[in-house]
Amino acid sequence: MEEEFVDRILASYKGERNELVPILQEVQENLGYLPEKAMIDIARFLGVPGSHVYSVASFYAQFRTLPLGKTRVAVCRGTACHIRGAPLILHEIEDAIHLKEGETSGDLEYTLETVACIGCCALAPCIKVNMDVAGDMTPEKAKELFKGNGNSNGGNRGE
Amino acid sequence: MERVALIIDGQEIRTRRGATILETALENKIYIPHLCYHPDLKPAGACRVCLVELDSGKIVTSCRTPVREGMVVKTKGPELDNVRRPVIEMIVANHHMDCRNCLKKGQCALQKITAYMKIDKKGIQQDLRLPVTGLPVDDSNPFFIRDHNKCVLCGICVRTCHEIAKVSAVDFAGRGDNSKIAAFGDRAIAASQCVSCGECVIRCPVGALVLRNPEKPLQYIKSVCPYCGVGCGIHLGVRDDRIVHVRADAASTVNSGNLCVKGRFGIGFVHSPDRLKEPMVRVTLKQRSAPDAMRPLKNAGIRVSGSEHFRVASWEEALGLVAENLKKYKRDEFALIASTRCTNEDDYVAQKFARVVMGSNHIDTSARLYYSPNIAAFRRTGKCVGFIPSQEDSGGFPGAAGHNPEQIEQAGCILVAGADISRSHPVLGLKIKNSVDHGARLLVISPNENDLCRIAEKWLTPYAGTELALIMGMCNVIVEKELFDSAFTGMYCRNFEEFRESAGDFSLGRVERITGVARDLIEESARIYAAGKPAAIFWGSGITQYARGTDNVHALINLAILTANIKYSLALNPLSEQSNALGACDMGCLPDYYLCYQPVGDRDIREKMESLWDCKLNPDPGLTLTEIIDAALAERIKALYIIGSDPALTVAPSKKVQAALKKAKFIIFQDMFINETAKYAHVVLPAASFAEKEGTLINTDGKTQAMERALEPAGNSRPDWAIMSELAKRMQSKGFEFGSADDILSEILAVIGNLPERIGRFKLFPLQYTPPADTTDTDYPVILTSERDLYTDSVMSEKVEGMRKLRTEEYVFINPRDADDFDISDGETVRIISRHGAIETEARLTGTTPSGLVVMNREKEKINQLLNPVLDAISGTPETKICAVRLEKIRRSKKREKRSKVSAAGGHV
Ligand code: SF4
Ligand code: SF4
Ligand code: SF4
Ligand code: FES
Repeated sequence: MEEEFVDRILASYKGERNELVPILQEVQENLGYLPEKAMIDIARFLGVPGSHVYSVASFYAQFRTLPLGKTRVAVCRGTACHIRGAPLILHEIEDAIHLKEGETSGDLEYTLETVACIGCCALAPCIKVNMDVAGDMTPEKAKELFKGNGNSNGGNRGE
Repeated sequence: MERVALIIDGQEIRTRRGATILETALENKIYIPHLCYHPDLKPAGACRVCLVELDSGKIVTSCRTPVREGMVVKTKGPELDNVRRPVIEMIVANHHMDCRNCLKKGQCALQKITAYMKIDKKGIQQDLRLPVTGLPVDDSNPFFIRDHNKCVLCGICVRTCHEIAKVSAVDFAGRGDNSKIAAFGDRAIAASQCVSCGECVIRCPVGALVLRNPEKPLQYIKSVCPYCGVGCGIHLGVRDDRIVHVRADAASTVNSGNLCVKGRFGIGFVHSPDRLKEPMVRVTLKQRSAPDAMRPLKNAGIRVSGSEHFRVASWEEALGLVAENLKKYKRDEFALIASTRCTNEDDYVAQKFARVVMGSNHIDTSARLYYSPNIAAFRRTGKCVGFIPSQEDSGGFPGAAGHNPEQIEQAGCILVAGADISRSHPVLGLKIKNSVDHGARLLVISPNENDLCRIAEKWLTPYAGTELALIMGMCNVIVEKELFDSAFTGMYCRNFEEFRESAGDFSLGRVERITGVARDLIEESARIYAAGKPAAIFWGSGITQYARGTDNVHALINLAILTANIKYSLALNPLSEQSNALGACDMGCLPDYYLCYQPVGDRDIREKMESLWDCKLNPDPGLTLTEIIDAALAERIKALYIIGSDPALTVAPSKKVQAALKKAKFIIFQDMFINETAKYAHVVLPAASFAEKEGTLINTDGKTQAMERALEPAGNSRPDWAIMSELAKRMQSKGFEFGSADDILSEILAVIGNLPERIGRFKLFPLQYTPPADTTDTDYPVILTSERDLYTDSVMSEKVEGMRKLRTEEYVFINPRDADDFDISDGETVRIISRHGAIETEARLTGTTPSGLVVMNREKEKINQLLNPVLDAISGTPETKICAVRLEKIRRSKKREKRSKVSAAGGHV
């Protein structure tokens, strides 16, 4: 299925080098990340070395070369949230789901990220779990939210 | 050349216009600290270490600033220091500065810079944040180590891999603090596209890329790479009678300072403990059952697998035994299989031994298996093969066989047919890529994908075995659309009209049906070829290893004649696979030719040779390699002298060859290592390696190159020529009183000087298409062919541990659609069944293999069990390129799990 997606996306491009970033964006939009196979196909399509595609994909923060977990947890580290204790909350969540910022669990359950600002400063500190925003966070609330979750036997994949 | 005058640090300097400040300063022994500059690469201006001050007060990067007339440059001073010191300090702060234990110490650019700038390394590393030393060291490659913690991100390796190796295996990855050099997907280098050429390693300025073996040689000896037909110039770095380092000969026009993994890292076989060091004689059954039969080998410290049939003997005893036995099997009962890896001098003496001492013309080499169609077709066309005194273009027709490799860069068009040059002849592959960068238009004919297909302007994929129809289709376009050179064909071709008529058979509609290649693609390719002047054709076993191999070559020659390209010496380039395959042929290790292709059957020639060699010669042309095997099986040939080759594995069908060897009354085996063939020998003679003797080799371009001796022969081994000369003397033959390889070369040159020259007109060959001998049907519905592995090349690579580690595992590649038909999934062990045999291997599904074709990634050995090849009637070359097979499922392979990760992202990037 992934393959068809990539083929279909590539079909709408001409195969010129400067299309690399738009293609990567479109592939990621559709697949959620950039699988190696997709990057190889893109490299062949554009006639550029695979190492170059990887170089670009790893340069921009927007691209991820590993799949996301089913549950994406984003901790806001905007100014308001930061002042009101976002680092503590991040810390708590890291402990609860055994992931570090930027990591995805080996079983693809969770991805933990930080974001610049969710845009709910009134609710600071806040986190986003998939599409839902949870505001007025405290370390205790965070702990409660992720209680009994996370895989404790390691195998996390860093970004 | 225009000169420019400038002043650097008060010193007046004249240099060429266009040079940079840094180049000029370094050439004049003025040191300017620099990191990312390398003389072989385009300047990147990335590290900003090379700053200098101009008289305007401006500070510029010297590696990117060209000199100007009257320029005044300061390379030191407080202003400058203020700017460049922090730059260097930042680099030091981020560098794992463990110089004392670093393999690069003493040759490190950063050490030199910090010493020059008097930088307090420890202080900086304390003041600034500590360097990240936590990155794991990548030691996946057996020949070099990558340590990211020492990388200064100068980008030299990235640019080297892109500009010089033309692989682009590595690039910058990540950003900011996390920047590093990474292969695709940040894989280990050995799991990436890297071809282990080592070009980046020798250019890395610091200890981030280092050779595993840091020993420094005491002297360098000039030699030639013993692997493929490219014949790259090398210098063997010797210390204590061991080769500890190999570097490319920068002055060689063949490789212009480049090497592939085999030349740079594959020479270790010379010191393999498996080397044959003593003569051995076969132990009889009775002796073998005696309890101490094995002792002699062990006492001599010999560790040879498969040596249980032998005991060590003195040269005296071994040669005595050989001489005594060979006396019984003179003339047509004797055959000699010479080596395509020995020197010209060795090969000359070998054929002279067979002809003069033994009275036999049964002489051949493994070049029969792929090169003979080239010789046959060239001779029939009127084109010279072999030694050509003059190398000038277009002057003396017919065109020379040899050309200067640097001419390839001037080609307007390059056509590659039936060869995976990047793997079989890596440095030639580089040259071709270079020409493409210089504007040559590349056409590739190959049924399955290879490296050059990916950069080709047109890639034509005929069904395997239909190449002739495709090429004649191109000839037809050239004739019909009047793209040929009528002045040339009118003047130099005997049979143009006849050819024009026959080419009409290859209408594009018919060719498209036969080959599966779209007619437009054929026409466009023909036009590109006809327009490219000069146009060069390179071809390999994908053209010659067919029952119509000679005709296939004729088809390519037709292209070159029609377009008059044949007058350029780089027009036609058959690839010789081993270091001296062409030399062995030129030296007359052929049953029907004396040296320089003088026919044995020609009475005048024979008489001439008789007078030169002062003896009577056998007037009948001898048997070819496969015929020799047949004759041995029929017990007509009773004694075999086998030098530096392994027919028991490399000639198909292997079973028959082994039966024939078993029947022979007396076999002499002479080589560096025991192999399958040796097991049938009665006497084993240890031969010196290429590094242990002087001599000359002829590369695939027809260029003769000399090797010097770097080492003493291992143990009691001797150069091949010396063994055979000694034997000839023992057998009371005159004309073998050679004291050195030089003596032999003088004799070779004297003989050649006495040979008549042949100059003719070119002949176009009207051709018919017939399908390959082994065709598909419902029982054997797909075609099996083989592709090369970069790291596998004969017993030499086999004896180098790192090469064994790097070679890919054995697979058969199959298109997912075909796999579906056979109900085979990825990673499964399958049985491949032909009309003549069956083998088992693991299947890999890949979309890059076309449907209808399955590809094995091994040299011929294993596939030979599937073949019972039909011979090309003209050249005697067996059809081993393809074979009709079916695949059967067996069971799931355990290997699969282990590798599924790599497999998921396999394929060519
Ligand atoms: S590995 Fe060596 S050559 Fe490559 S960027 Fe690092 S320091 Fe430069
Ligand atoms: S060894 Fe050769 S192919 Fe591999 S990274 Fe270095 S330059 Fe590139
Ligand atoms: S291209 Fe051939 S001759 Fe050159 S280094 Fe490689 S194997 Fe040796
Ligand atoms: S050497 Fe000039 S910028 Fe690096």
